Amino acid sequence: MENLNLEGSAKTPTVKFDSTNGVLELKGRSIPENSIEFYKPLNDWIDAYAASPQPNTIVEIKLEYFNTSSSKCILDLFKQLEKLNSGNTEVKVNWYFEEDDEDMEEAGEDYQAIIDLPFKMIEVEEI
Amino acid sequence: MKLNIHIIILYICQAHNQVDQVYDIYKKLEERNVLLSFKGMITSELLTTILQIMESKMDHIDENPKVKKKVFNILVECLQNLYHHIDQDDTIHVAAQEKSALLMIAKIGDSYQITTGNYMRASDVPILKEKLDLVNGMDKDELKAYYKLVLAEGNMSAKGTAGLGMIDIARKSGEKLEYGFIDINEKTSFFSLTVKIAE
Repeated sequence: MENLNLEGSAKTPTVKFDSTNGVLELKGRSIPENSIEFYKPLNDWIDAYAASPQPNTIVEIKLEYFNTSSSKCILDLFKQLEKLNSGNTEVKVNWYFEEDDEDMEEAGEDYQAIIDLPFKMIEVEEI
Repeated sequence: MKLNIHIIILYICQAHNQVDQVYDIYKKLEERNVLLSFKGMITSELLTTILQIMESKMDHIDENPKVKKKVFNILVECLQNLYHHIDQDDTIHVAAQEKSALLMIAKIGDSYQITTGNYMRASDVPILKEKLDLVNGMDKDELKAYYKLVLAEGNMSAKGTAGLGMIDIARKSGEKLEYGFIDINEKTSFFSLTVKIAE
């Protein structure tokens, strides 16, 4: 299957979903007015990937900002991956946040509490 | 001749009046320490521009990254509330002026203030008021729990709104939301919201 590569914009993150190594990365800012439109192709890609995933799937979330519209879509993405996890791939989430960005750290903890996937919280100087 | 003088005097008075009004608006914005203000139609492109301006303004004054992030996040939610509200009103026939909104961003000392003003359906006022009172009655931990509950269980509208905006604004602001409504007529009200972001 083809990889999903989307270049980031002022309101949307850079997307690098790689089916050859099982690394799914979201990076930058996710603040579109209508996030459903933006996230639909990502959900579709994961559906296709679910057919023959890598033994290990690593989800790299490196977001600087995201709006509440995106927060729901990100949750749905995690839910999709949660289902995938019980199949033939082991899914792990790496949640990155910048030093002192308590809001982003808490956002990661919120997902961790709702989603049954292993989360690793990673503090970095700059995303 | 007499008539002409009258016309000239009237003209001078009007011009004088106009500069008075402009100066009055200017002074009011100045008194309120307004960094940026806008009144008009809220479009997606406008949102991008306002966010870029505020980001570069805060970069320029070397704003604390923590404050900068909070202001940016809250501004996104406030602007998108306006954007979606106006979008919604496309379905009912409202006068063009009722589709525009007001935004003011002020900095008083170390504290930022974001104020929005917009027309809304009078029938939607009780639901919005209830929501605002609910979040205003919650402390930090209760807001966190409520956010998680709505995130996990709430449904998303076709426009991509999740009903999380006000909860998120209250959570990130750490202050009570100030709001008010004015009845314009039977069908329309004017809503104003002020969000404070303290360091």
